[in-house]
Amino acid sequence: MVAELGHFALILALAVALIQGTVPLIGASRGDDRLMALGRTAALTQALLIIVAFGALTQAYVTSDFSVANVVANSHSAKPLLYKISGVWGNHEGSMLLWALILALFGAAVAVFGAGLPDTLRSRVLAIQSLIGVGFLAFLLFTSNPFERVFPAPADGNGLNPLLQDPGLAFHPPLLYLGYVGFSVTYAFAIAALLEGRVDAAWARWVRPWTLAAWCFLTLGIALGSWWAYYILGWGGFWFWDPVENASLMPWLAGTALLHSAIVVEKRDALKSWTVLLAILAFSLSLLGTFLVRSGVLTSVHAFAQDPARGLYILGFLLAVTGGGLALYAWRAPQLQGGGLFQPVSREGALILNNLLLCTLAATVLLGTLYPLFLDLLTGDKVSVGPPFFNATFVPICAPLFAALCVGPLLGWKRAELWPALMRLRVAFVISLAAALVAMTMIDSRSTLAALAFGFGVWLIVGSLWSLADRLKQGTLRTTPRATLGMVIAHASLGIVVLGSVATSAWHTEVMQTMKPGDRISFAGYAVQLDKIEQVQGPNFVAERATLNVTVGGKPYTVLQPERRLFTVQRRQVAETAIQTNFLRDFYATLGEGDPSQGWVIRLYLNPLAPWIWLGAAFMAFGGFVSLSDRRLRIGAPRSSKTRRPVTQPAE
Amino acid sequence: MTPKRRRLWLLIGSLGTLGVAAALVLSALNDNLVFFYSPTQVAEKSLGPDRRFRLGGLVEAGSVQKDGQIVRFTVTDTNKTIAVVYRGILPDLFREGQGVIAEGALGSDGVFAAREVLAKHDENYMPPEVAKAIKEAGQWKERK
Repeated sequence: MVAELGHFALILALAVALIQGTVPLIGASRGDDRLMALGRTAALTQALLIIVAFGALTQAYVTSDFSVANVVANSHSAKPLLYKISGVWGNHEGSMLLWALILALFGAAVAVFGAGLPDTLRSRVLAIQSLIGVGFLAFLLFTSNPFERVFPAPADGNGLNPLLQDPGLAFHPPLLYLGYVGFSVTYAFAIAALLEGRVDAAWARWVRPWTLAAWCFLTLGIALGSWWAYYILGWGGFWFWDPVENASLMPWLAGTALLHSAIVVEKRDALKSWTVLLAILAFSLSLLGTFLVRSGVLTSVHAFAQDPARGLYILGFLLAVTGGGLALYAWRAPQLQGGGLFQPVSREGALILNNLLLCTLAATVLLGTLYPLFLDLLTGDKVSVGPPFFNATFVPICAPLFAALCVGPLLGWKRAELWPALMRLRVAFVISLAAALVAMTMIDSRSTLAALAFGFGVWLIVGSLWSLADRLKQGTLRTTPRATLGMVIAHASLGIVVLGSVATSAWHTEVMQTMKPGDRISFAGYAVQLDKIEQVQGPNFVAERATLNVTVGGKPYTVLQPERRLFTVQRRQVAETAIQTNFLRDFYATLGEGDPSQGWVIRLYLNPLAPWIWLGAAFMAFGGFVSLSDRRLRIGAPRSSKTRRPVTQPAE
Repeated sequence: MTPKRRRLWLLIGSLGTLGVAAALVLSALNDNLVFFYSPTQVAEKSLGPDRRFRLGGLVEAGSVQKDGQIVRFTVTDTNKTIAVVYRGILPDLFREGQGVIAEGALGSDGVFAAREVLAKHDENYMPPEVAKAIKEAGQWKERK
């Protein structure tokens, strides 16, 4: 009954979305207030209906209702509650429902917080948002209905993919989707602006918080996914340049560029059409990511079983959204004439450089990800583009980006002098150079590049903090705008991420050894003894657990207990790594296969600064949230008279 | 600065960045493309020991031998087979009769020395390349 209710709510939501996607548009073009006002009500109704549908599916999962096919395929009565809930989005149908839910919630948020928007803009944004929703709801209802029943109902379900039964992955999809879908709002704003034929500072002030929020969630989602891959896949690596990972990185890069170019639109009334283009691209790349993950056109270590027909639908939808957006852009963008002039050496110039480099990075990732697809289509050759490609292209382009990152914020708007800005950073430069030299001579003399990259990481941190300290000479932390604080935090955090990834990739030590209980090896200054291998019983798995006793200089240091879990329902083994961290390095152990006569394969890693990667990413998102709390950007905050400058320009 | 000159600067900047990026991409693609071959294709081509590629197919049933950290198995596309040796921990989903992708190079003894054996998240997942290779060998059976 509840499942039928959910299904029905979903059908109603589609009907409401169709109305919301058309009527306010007509209202906006005719200037009819009543038609436009419908958008608001419809957005709230649609969100409510999808909440009901999502709640119904969650209820089916939590109560293990095995008359619902989706629950049978992805859940089991013996599963812990957390994974019963995360099972809702741990499968294709459920994750698409989550997409639709977040899309509708964002729409409702625009309806609620957008009271200060001009009526026509708000109704157009809501309509576009809803048209995207129509695409997803139709997709759900016609190809991937999560509420399908099975008869007769089986006694128990097939259980969730054991790799997904993990706290890190339980929250990874919702965060990632909040990011992906957040860009839909920016897309809707961009399309609405093109329809209106005008982009002004007020528009940018609306777009930026949505972009910023989406960006923060995407940052957290990517970090969580990377953390999960780090500890579950047991390779000691954190980023594999896998198509599925790249799929989330591309919208992040485009979103980061958008975040920066929106500042120029807001402050200087320039770069308008470029910003609109970026907004279209950021969401298109989000959809492309969904397509790549859902269609299985690319070989990925993260690939799940897929259905080509669904992939085709998403591809069609992607073409409609991107193609439609770009066509409208080509037609209307020439009307968006920019205002403020500026010199190449200026804050605007620096932000353009930032955009140029970020977009080049995104293009590189796009090319590397899609190249195998093109080559297959053209020649039939099967190739893979792996980490060496990305290390050879992505990393060098990062260098000028990082170098300029600390300088840009010190330049003034319109025109600036490069030399004084550089002089203000001289101490930071000396410190980073020293760090690079120390890395080269004391840590590892083999890799000059790693030492250089390490120096860049230090430069980002010290340079950002230095410019903040410089600013504090004139004021206090209180009087510094939150947006500035957020920027400094985010920029410095990027440095933390860089330090973490460089140190882990270049300076980790690893060993692989076959060990029997009682065996002892020495590893990177530690003595590691395999005490015992025992069988343990989990809620829905049995595991082989190794106890590794780590001592240093004869004194007990830590005990690591990696496991190999055999999930009883699926008969599948999953390795559970053991990680001991002191925030400066990770001691990482995995247990391989083995038996008492031959011994077990044990793999140990010492990953210096590895936790900094995810701490840095979390700080980066925190910086974004700090910036979001800036009074200027606070959603729905009354505008001060100062920001109501008449910078708006009518369309020509 | 006039808008014209500004645009010129922008154009030079963008073209410069794009040029550098394109050069990087092309040289990287040249060096780092890893081709995918099925055992039949490997038998047809004579691949040198320094040629890194991906080998895909099914792990032949009954072929897996473990000797401590060294694993030997045979990859088949049901037409030709190739012996593989790998040192390390196999991914959790590695099983006899299942699809597998191994990255490495042929040794002088004709045994494929794998540096990496790829894991999949899903046991029903068949890498598209493997499915294609088996289809080409004419042995494809559609799953239910």
